[in-house]
Amino acid sequence: MLHIKCPHCGMRSQNEFSYGGDATIKRPELGKEISDQDWDNFVYNRKSLRGKHWELWQHLSGCRQWIKVQRDTATHEIFKTLKANEEIS
Amino acid sequence: MTQSFRLESGGLINRDKKISFKFNGKNYFGYEGDTLASALIANGVHLIGRSFKYHRPRGFFGAGVDEPYAIVQLYRNGETEPNIKATEQELFEGLEAKSVNCWPSVNFDVGAINNFLKIFLPAGFYYKTFMWPKSFWYKIYEPFIRRAAGLGTASIKHDKERYEHKYEYCDLLITGSGPSGLASAYSAAKNGAKVILAEDKSRFGGTLLTSEVNIGNQSGKEWADSIISELKEMPNVTVKNRSQVFGYYDHNMLVMSERISDHLPKTKKYHPKQRLWYIRAKEVLISSGSIERPIVFGNNDTPGVMLSSAAKEYMKVYGVLVGKKPLVFTNNDSGYETAIEFKKNGIDPIILDTRKEPQSEIIEEAKNMNINIKNSYVVVAAQGYKKVKSADIAKISDNKEELGSIENIECDCICVSGFWTPTIHLASQSGNKTKFNEEIDAFVPGISKQKEKTLGAANGIYTLEETLKDSFEKGNQLSKKITNKENKVSFPNVVEKKSTVHDKFWCVPLPKGKNYKRFLDFQNDVAVSDIEIALKEGYRSIEHVKRYTTLGMATDQGKTSNLNGLQLVSKIENKVVPAVGHTTFRPPYSPVSIGAIVGREVGKHSKPTRKSPMHSWHEKNNAVFVDAGVWLRPRYYKRGDENLFEASKREAKNVRTNVGVCDVTTLGKIDIKGPDAAELLNRVYTNAWLKLPVGKARYGVMLREDGIVMDDGTTTRISENHYHMTTTTAQAANVLSHLEYYLQLVWPELNVNVVSTTEQWAGAAIAGPKSREVLKKLFPKSDVTNEGLPFMGYMEGDLFGVKAKIFRISFSGELAYEVNVESDYGYFMWEKIIEVGEEFGIQPYGTEALSTLRIEMGHVAGSELDGRTIPYDNSLEGLLSKKKDFIGKRSLSRKAFAAEDRQKIVGVVPLDKKTSIPEGSHLVKDSNAPLPNPKLGYISASCWSVEHDNPFSLAILKDGKNMIGEKLFVMSPLKNKVIPVEIVSSHYVDPKGERVRS
Repeated sequence: MLHIKCPHCGMRSQNEFSYGGDATIKRPELGKEISDQDWDNFVYNRKSLRGKHWELWQHLSGCRQWIKVQRDTATHEIFKTLKANEEIS
Repeated sequence: MTQSFRLESGGLINRDKKISFKFNGKNYFGYEGDTLASALIANGVHLIGRSFKYHRPRGFFGAGVDEPYAIVQLYRNGETEPNIKATEQELFEGLEAKSVNCWPSVNFDVGAINNFLKIFLPAGFYYKTFMWPKSFWYKIYEPFIRRAAGLGTASIKHDKERYEHKYEYCDLLITGSGPSGLASAYSAAKNGAKVILAEDKSRFGGTLLTSEVNIGNQSGKEWADSIISELKEMPNVTVKNRSQVFGYYDHNMLVMSERISDHLPKTKKYHPKQRLWYIRAKEVLISSGSIERPIVFGNNDTPGVMLSSAAKEYMKVYGVLVGKKPLVFTNNDSGYETAIEFKKNGIDPIILDTRKEPQSEIIEEAKNMNINIKNSYVVVAAQGYKKVKSADIAKISDNKEELGSIENIECDCICVSGFWTPTIHLASQSGNKTKFNEEIDAFVPGISKQKEKTLGAANGIYTLEETLKDSFEKGNQLSKKITNKENKVSFPNVVEKKSTVHDKFWCVPLPKGKNYKRFLDFQNDVAVSDIEIALKEGYRSIEHVKRYTTLGMATDQGKTSNLNGLQLVSKIENKVVPAVGHTTFRPPYSPVSIGAIVGREVGKHSKPTRKSPMHSWHEKNNAVFVDAGVWLRPRYYKRGDENLFEASKREAKNVRTNVGVCDVTTLGKIDIKGPDAAELLNRVYTNAWLKLPVGKARYGVMLREDGIVMDDGTTTRISENHYHMTTTTAQAANVLSHLEYYLQLVWPELNVNVVSTTEQWAGAAIAGPKSREVLKKLFPKSDVTNEGLPFMGYMEGDLFGVKAKIFRISFSGELAYEVNVESDYGYFMWEKIIEVGEEFGIQPYGTEALSTLRIEMGHVAGSELDGRTIPYDNSLEGLLSKKKDFIGKRSLSRKAFAAEDRQKIVGVVPLDKKTSIPEGSHLVKDSNAPLPNPKLGYISASCWSVEHDNPFSLAILKDGKNMIGEKLFVMSPLKNKVIPVEIVSSHYVDPKGERVRS
């Protein structure tokens, strides 16, 4: 079970969180023209990375905040966690 | 029976307390502190079971967790449990155990014929043989394999015992209470660290209990006892015996199973049987010691052949002799300790040492005691079937390949020592890449991967002095870092006998003309010849060899067999052992009961149960409940002998003609506040929300980004910047997360707050033509006329002094209202509704009538909004705003979603107006078409229309728009039904929607 540092609550066990997928995907702006390909990339197409990966988790059974977690998909090592409003650098 | 193999004195057992027990129906007795194994050996019982594949006789091989043979079926307090190691099971009064894998009895076992057919049961036998003909599998092969295989029988009864889970955090977790565990725990505890020390056995001390050493002028055992009692007194230390740390998981989490009651005749009241600990440790010290390695020779599985360290443990801990004419077969100094112990107890052992001229302190001691030592000697084969009777021995050449002439000597046990294998399982599970240590001929942990350090024998350190020094130091260093305190412990004086190098010899060659089975894996009957076949057949990777031959795959997880298997593969392949590598160690280290893993979450505790505040009223009024997610909802209220069908029809009909009331507390409710609340709703829902006036409700549909309908419900504008959203019962949690996702990550600029209020409000739906009359009585001060509270209107009211929210919304399609009060007043509200409604013929209705009412109205619900349909499919396309963008809108212009013949919701009526249509059935054009019959659609929901008094269903049908009036067939291969039907509008009742506005 992973041990995730919630930027709001501190170190918590994985079972308090739910997974939310790739954190680097940006939703296209509302009302903006967008090609089928770009829309498909937003909705469906994801890379299945091995290694460092920025992903979203929600601290569901805690503060309910969505957070950004940089995790190694092969080793589960967690390098960094950010609040929702903090930019991935 | 007399305990003919019990020594007259000695051991750590309590000879004052006799314990009687039963094995295979026979009565025996042992002493308090015995294991089932030690008590059986004391009673001269050496045959305990039959082997897995060949049904060869099985005795005892070890004295603890590494035991591959002595697995029994245990009977305790009316329950039975398989897969119990006799070497681990402590004796208790009235214990009953039976042999497994033998029929009709352990002494005469029919399956033993496999032993004589062994030529036909080579590696991969099952893969090769049971392949064809295919039809034989279910009827012949599988039942045969199932009966023949397996170690014991699982109970089919409900387990009455309690198993608990515990979460714990600590600074240092130390796994094993041998010298390294005790030393590191002691120095860490002295520095004030929070320490958990776990010991698998009932006694603390590990090898200190059996070794002849002296620490600080005390014997090993005395030193261990004093350290443990001091640790137990310290408030920062938790000391646990009977506790096996069996798994090392991510982020330094380890799992330990504590056996609390397994050693007692009966679990004490309010005690669990076992407890599973999830331990998050800052640092982990692995002090799991090492397991003695066997040497491979002919018939080395015969009862009486056992590890030399086990023989010593039986004598020193239990006061039991494993034999009276022992042969010690060793390639290192450890065997001498066992031989000396025999000699001290008046038994003359013979030592066969594979080494030519070994010299060390302990060998000198053995010589001085006049023990018969034969150098450069090996056991070629054990002789005897159910027990060792003699051994064929021979001199071996210096290159270890040629055997001299065979001699036969009488013996009743062969104690084998092939040196020591560090127990690296936990280290390996942590992700540590192990490395091969040439000196000890075994793998040891490499560079730490997580926060683990390995100590003592588990790390390949076999001298006590070095082990203690290293362990005191590691415990001190690691704890100092955490507590910033140092309270250094002085290092005790250690006296131990120096030993010399071991002989890297592990397998005795076969003598000419002999074809003895030489076993590597004792539990799965994998012999040298099986590995040879696998390699001949082309298996190269050690992982493949393992799976093909089942080497190391039994419940003992190859604790005694892995390394010798590797040696063999590397020898045949002409590689060095590290190049072959070892198979992956996976948790659990030793078997864990399913009950312990499941914990308390069984039966009704497997998930939480949510009940509405009106639950007890429903109970009192004969409600029959149904699970709706984790909620319990009334399905119908039984009157007299009514069944589900009759009751739900009555309840639905009463709504259509009079008035009914339904508990809708379970609906998800989300409170939305903030200046941008309307903007959020406008983006989340597909229809327009910016102009909804205060005091009005609106129906809305929300999509996922892929265009699929996520949920629907009504949202009411309570005041300028305050909205009350409702969701379906099932999607409540997902919708909240969905809103939070967009607010926190996508549109953080929106100034809105959302919070779940599902639990805060109790809800009642009052529906039917007479519902307004009920409302008038409930809220005499409010204007609830059609003008005062029009359809989709909202107002606050005073319900006999309780503040209530009144929504004029309808799911049933009748004139209807939903009344919400704070949950604590829910019961009061419900009673009042029933009370004032009585004169209008009010009846409560359950989910079954609720479904009937919505189905015949053509209102969609979870069975249509099933994660596969878009708004058009549910005839909700009228709610798609063309003027604004919303979540998922872009996806709706995808080709498939805009296709001309896209599926759409329709109504379905059987032509005979009698036959009920099973939900999930398929719609086809021609019921006689050859398979696969093209499927046009599926039945999503079925009911008995109370309005038309005939069956009615909703279906999602291809090109549904143009299918009204068509005649099709409903096919349900599961129920073996073919029903001719007509396709009608999904709005089967009140298609113009006049009633809700009346």
